[in-house]
Amino acid sequence: MIDRDQVLHVARLARLRLDDAEVERMAGELSTILDHIEKIGELDLDDVEPTSHVIQVENVLRPDEPRPSLPREKALEQAPDATEDGFRVPSPGGS
Amino acid sequence: MSDLLELTAAQAAERVRAGEVSPAELFELYRERARGDELGAYLWVSDDEPPETPAGAPLGGVPLAVKDLFCVEGVPSAAGSRILEGYRPPYTATAVERLNAAGAPTLGKTNMDEFAMGSSNENSGYGPVRNPWDTGRVPGGSSGGSAAAVAAGLAPWAIGTDTGGSIRQPAALCGIVGLKPTYGAVSRYGMIAFASSLDQCGPLTRDVTDAALLFRHMIGHDPCDSTSLEFPEPVGLPTAERLDGVRIGVPPELSGEGVEAGVREVFERTLGLVEELGGQIEEVALPHSPHGIAAYYVLAPAEASANLARYDGVRYGPRKGRNGDGDLTALYEETRAAGFGAEVKRRIMLGTYALSSGYYEAYYGRAQRVRTKIADDFRSAFERVDLILTPTSPTVAFKLGERTDDPLAMYLSDYCTVPMPLAGIPAISIPGGLSEGLPVGIQLAGPAFSENRILDAAHALERAIGFDGSAPRA
Repeated sequence: MIDRDQVLHVARLARLRLDDAEVERMAGELSTILDHIEKIGELDLDDVEPTSHVIQVENVLRPDEPRPSLPREKALEQAPDATEDGFRVPSPGGS
Repeated sequence: MSDLLELTAAQAAERVRAGEVSPAELFELYRERARGDELGAYLWVSDDEPPETPAGAPLGGVPLAVKDLFCVEGVPSAAGSRILEGYRPPYTATAVERLNAAGAPTLGKTNMDEFAMGSSNENSGYGPVRNPWDTGRVPGGSSGGSAAAVAAGLAPWAIGTDTGGSIRQPAALCGIVGLKPTYGAVSRYGMIAFASSLDQCGPLTRDVTDAALLFRHMIGHDPCDSTSLEFPEPVGLPTAERLDGVRIGVPPELSGEGVEAGVREVFERTLGLVEELGGQIEEVALPHSPHGIAAYYVLAPAEASANLARYDGVRYGPRKGRNGDGDLTALYEETRAAGFGAEVKRRIMLGTYALSSGYYEAYYGRAQRVRTKIADDFRSAFERVDLILTPTSPTVAFKLGERTDDPLAMYLSDYCTVPMPLAGIPAISIPGGLSEGLPVGIQLAGPAFSENRILDAAHALERAIGFDGSAPRA
């Protein structure tokens, strides 16, 4: 079960603003889904290694050669608000 | 000219080589078709001059429909999400670039469930896609636009992406072929990320030969994706007509209970064909696969919640929230509240919860261990059999709106396709026949990098099945 307060807490972590109706619906839906997911709690997995990557790969380093990167104006082109040399946002420190 | 629409892509490329049609004519013909799309399959259609195709290009200039999840330089690429509305990337995905270079120019961008989260295409931020076999029904998802476009003859072939079934399930529901390659076979560079340890791109095509032809030009290591690998052998065009000596495993966990009667009937008929072609059917156990959905709906949302953190209204996409208030958090929260749809919010919440302090081991840790068990099950099975055969989807295409109120029911319908990406192994869906006038997909899975074996067996079966996919092209 996941209640209203937990939904609001997780929404804050995820930087999602939910309206009251969404919070209500989310609590119900997440609870139903988590009930199903919790069935994996019944499995004996004590000696099982976790898998994070399925295909064995060796870590390789690319050659350390200088090459052009994305030009600044191209990187800034799609921003909703940009200055000549950066993305503009409100001060993280607040006003 | 219109008879060209009846050709597979490989046949169309053959006509180009024979000088009977030019790549530009072919492009114009399909552009006309794509512009007349009434299914909602396309989000953007090229209005460029038909690109030059060098003589002898292996893909013959046959145009390609590209899922909106792929970045294409200067072309709208929004992954079906309002949060990327209007975004035109400064670079092109490696898979698209390779196919363009091999002579398959980009015809358009196809509709999809937002960020590839969905099994019906109803989660698109730009409206649903309709199934060309019955426009009251869904095409499947998340590559629903690509599947519908190919089935309806609005594209000769297409690419999509598969995280839990997003190529195979829509291919099944639309009566076409869809291949999810081995994880790492194709570069993910330029694919807008959903769940990075699962995402793979692959072809959606009218037949198995077309799938092999596209696939062989997508593969290979890419310095821009450190998880991509050199494919261990050349990928050939499939020629097999028989299955002599091929051992085919049937797991009761993925082919028994839950499969509707009409699908069951087509599946059993296919088993009969396997034997007629000289293949041997054996029952194999995949005892942990019933836990696939639970593990998947922890791992994929967890990875998604991290991947989607980048959509915050700073670098791209529309920004919401009052800039002047000096409240950065409010800007993030309002941008995300307005830009993401209900399903994406649900998955971000689920993933954030599963990764949050105090729950990590119970959910994410356990799901990763279940993933190991699922991969082990496949490994044991492939000691006894060469391939595994199951239905792709337990049902035929369902009606629009039928499952939207019950997210869990929608998730559970993916149980036949979710175990393979969890194990990183390749699988194909081919049309097995019709049930109540709607296509039924048959899935063949094999060990990592066994695409040649899968394509060969699928080719033999395809010939024996003799599916007629021309109905929705009218």
